[in-house]
Amino acid sequence: MKVLSKIYCFFIYLFLYAPIVVLIVFSFNDSTTMSRSVWSGFSFKWYGQLFSDRLIMQALGNTILIAVVAAVVSTILGTAAAIGINSLKRWPRRLVMNITNLPMVNPEIVTGVSMMLLFVIAVRAMNTSLGIGSIMIAHITFCLPYVILSVKPKLSQMDPNLYEAALDLGYHPSQAFFKVVIPEIIPGIVTGMIMAFTLSIDDFIISYFTSGTTQTLPIYIYSMTRKRISPEINALSTLLFAIVLILLLIVNLRKEKENKEILQDEEEP
Amino acid sequence: MGKNWIQKRIAFLFSALMIASLCMVPASAEEDTEAAPDTGVTINVYNWGEYISNGVDGTLDVNAEFTKRTGIHVNYTTFDTNESLYSKLSGGGAEYDVIIPSDYMVSKLIGEDMLEKLDFDKIPNFKYIDDQFRNPAYDPENAYSVPYTWGVIGIFYNKNYVDASETTSWKVLWDPKYKGKILMFDNPRDSFGIAQKILGQSYNTTDANDWQAAANLLKQQKPLVQAYVMDQIFDKMDGGEAWLAPYYAGDAATLVENNPNIGFTIPTDEPTNSFVDAACIPKGSSHKEEAEAYINFLCDPEIAAANVSYIGYSTPESAAKELLPEETVENPIYYPPREIMDKAEVYVNLPEDTNMLLDTLWAEVKMGGPGESATLVAVLAAFLLLYIGIVIHKRRKRKRELQ
Amino acid sequence: MKSKKACYPYVVWMVLFVVVPMLMVVFFAFTDKSGNFTLQNLLGVGQYSNVFLRSIWLGAIATVICLVLGFPLAYLIARTGRKSQSIMVMLIMLPMWMNFLLRTYAWMTLLEDNGILNQLFEAIGLPKLQMINTAGAVVLGMVYNYLPFMILPIYSILTKMDSSVIEAAQDLGADRRQVFLKVTLPMSTPGIISGVTMVFVPAVSTFIISKMLGGGANLLIGDLIDMQFLGSAYNPNLGSAISLVLMVLILICMGIMNQFDDGEESNGGLMI
Repeated sequence: MKVLSKIYCFFIYLFLYAPIVVLIVFSFNDSTTMSRSVWSGFSFKWYGQLFSDRLIMQALGNTILIAVVAAVVSTILGTAAAIGINSLKRWPRRLVMNITNLPMVNPEIVTGVSMMLLFVIAVRAMNTSLGIGSIMIAHITFCLPYVILSVKPKLSQMDPNLYEAALDLGYHPSQAFFKVVIPEIIPGIVTGMIMAFTLSIDDFIISYFTSGTTQTLPIYIYSMTRKRISPEINALSTLLFAIVLILLLIVNLRKEKENKEILQDEEEP
Repeated sequence: MGKNWIQKRIAFLFSALMIASLCMVPASAEEDTEAAPDTGVTINVYNWGEYISNGVDGTLDVNAEFTKRTGIHVNYTTFDTNESLYSKLSGGGAEYDVIIPSDYMVSKLIGEDMLEKLDFDKIPNFKYIDDQFRNPAYDPENAYSVPYTWGVIGIFYNKNYVDASETTSWKVLWDPKYKGKILMFDNPRDSFGIAQKILGQSYNTTDANDWQAAANLLKQQKPLVQAYVMDQIFDKMDGGEAWLAPYYAGDAATLVENNPNIGFTIPTDEPTNSFVDAACIPKGSSHKEEAEAYINFLCDPEIAAANVSYIGYSTPESAAKELLPEETVENPIYYPPREIMDKAEVYVNLPEDTNMLLDTLWAEVKMGGPGESATLVAVLAAFLLLYIGIVIHKRRKRKRELQ
Repeated sequence: MKSKKACYPYVVWMVLFVVVPMLMVVFFAFTDKSGNFTLQNLLGVGQYSNVFLRSIWLGAIATVICLVLGFPLAYLIARTGRKSQSIMVMLIMLPMWMNFLLRTYAWMTLLEDNGILNQLFEAIGLPKLQMINTAGAVVLGMVYNYLPFMILPIYSILTKMDSSVIEAAQDLGADRRQVFLKVTLPMSTPGIISGVTMVFVPAVSTFIISKMLGGGANLLIGDLIDMQFLGSAYNPNLGSAISLVLMVLILICMGIMNQFDDGEESNGGLMI
């Protein structure tokens, strides 16, 4: 039974990682024809070419800029909203939460085309065109619900008397907010922000409909899939993947260490 | 034999001289003045995928060269069918300064007042365009467009599996022997065009029955087709994934040169399509002058020659043609013989209702027959009934429990 | 803390960029090119019922496969030691950090006629298989991309489950099968439901997977919508009508799924 379940896990993970291994391996392929399935020797040349490819670097820059703006704005707006929603009465609260759920329930493609319809009309009225601004608005919009859903539980867990107590002790309301409330809910805020950032970086469908002439990395990759993807892109994703892996390892190791320390502290006395 | 060699030698020297003399002026100017000052202007250029020389393997990077000479930056993006260009232009909220649609799309855009009139004083290099490409049927007064490249459609085949003699007719794409190894265009006009020529119709028929017959022929072909794709045809033929595919001659020449297994034929049993892709400026461009400078730059014979020698399509400028190596100019794939060109037919923009019919028929071909509205309504109703049923069932249960 | 005002900017934002766009879809669905009221678009959706059926069918198959593959894995992860548990969960989420288009493209490399899998088959003497450009490849793409969305919610429900309930059941004489069927499975329904919706909704509406792995002949609803807005058959009114029907379909499905969720009404539940 134990062996069987191990084999089962192995196959599922194999399934999940097979294409990723292919991607990473072919980022080192020394081919001139950009062939996808023929191996012709080990080389770092695509990594070298990657950094001199102006289009890819520009797309990467756009993607990161949009993700940072979307994460910061949606975190601020979303945290404020979560606090506000918590003090709403039952019916308005349900209404607001339903609007919050709408973009999460709706198929992404519908969210994308609906925003495109609005933006195109707005843009025509203002005599400009879709671009980085419209992508940012779209990304903030679909990130907001995730921020709210990760901050709200922390707020409900918080003792409502804490804030009152701080006021009673002579804190200014804003002081009380920043020194008492924020530290209580900060884990939720950070989770929300990280989620917003990752969602924004990986988003293709909504950007596709709202981008106009601006290229983000996923949009650039999509335009390449129509012909053939340059191994430069494999190289870039391998690098990004490695960065994420290292970050996750560091976070996990630190957690482990903390856990051990806590255990030791408990054991000591 | 000796004479032939001498002739070739002379021709080579001559063309080398031509290149040298033509390159001289801009080359020396470059060295003296370095790059032009940055104007801070960026123009949006929307072109077909892989349709410009981009600096790979020592070729000329046309966009970078343009920026260097004029100080105007280029934001270069690509589309894969005329129809998607039209969609993006009319409903995508994007603002382009230079677009390069094909003939029939140019006339459609002119008809819908979506193009700017060009100021030909700003495009002096238009003088290099050959007479036969001026005042074309799609732009009779030649006020909106400047030809970029032209070409015909032919058939790619894998020499290991398909014999060249079979590919003289479009019918080979309907040969059950090659089931699962045939690719088809993923755009309605080109796909229907092939069926229409087998049926002996004009590409530009407005008879609904003709279109229906062509659609039926395409439906018959569908079980044999591996995939409906555009630019991927290139990759799939190269990798041996598919053995037969219709494609534009320009890209074909590049592939045939690089891959000895691939052959290319322009069918002669039935006529083929000849097309011109032309540079235009869409209405609402905010950098019209810079866009005209870009179009002018593309018409510079030296640039045009560098461009077509990379992308493989044919140039409408004799001056640029002279700069190309002889074997290119004599290659029938690049510059097909007269008898093919005389028979070839051009797409003309179709009337609105024919276009609508074409869209519907095309969707039908791809999904296999029109569906019944009733089915969809039935499915939705079934889901709704299931939902209501569950709700009622639960209410009853709750009531019973309360009692 | 009385701070209702804090959510006003949010509400204004959401009305502007979520509610208004949705109303525009409805408006476009019921008007023609010149803005006059018409039912033509909605009636026109009917001719695409094949595509709707195929999308629902493929989406449903993908969802069932995800459930069948995902539940045991979530169950196994939830029952391993704490340390390896967090690593295993991390390994489930990690692939999502690689761009989704690229991962799907990599499947193309694997599945092609001369692709890596077929090369492998050939090497060990098996016959080559036609895998790419089939409905099966599309389902595989869906399962691959959305499997984590099934595993994670089920896993989180399973870890929150009170182990004393299981012990109680065992004490009362239930064998392992009975414990699983009568206790574990019913208690994990909320996780299954959110997993099913998180897989089914994107699977039904995808347009990339079918384009890349289905060879353009396995059209799905998403492709149809894409075609009307940015593709080869520009007609935003028809596109809006298709989107509207898709939205209604999804809402009904969500309604049905929510009915299976017997738990107390959560704050996040939709009003259906």
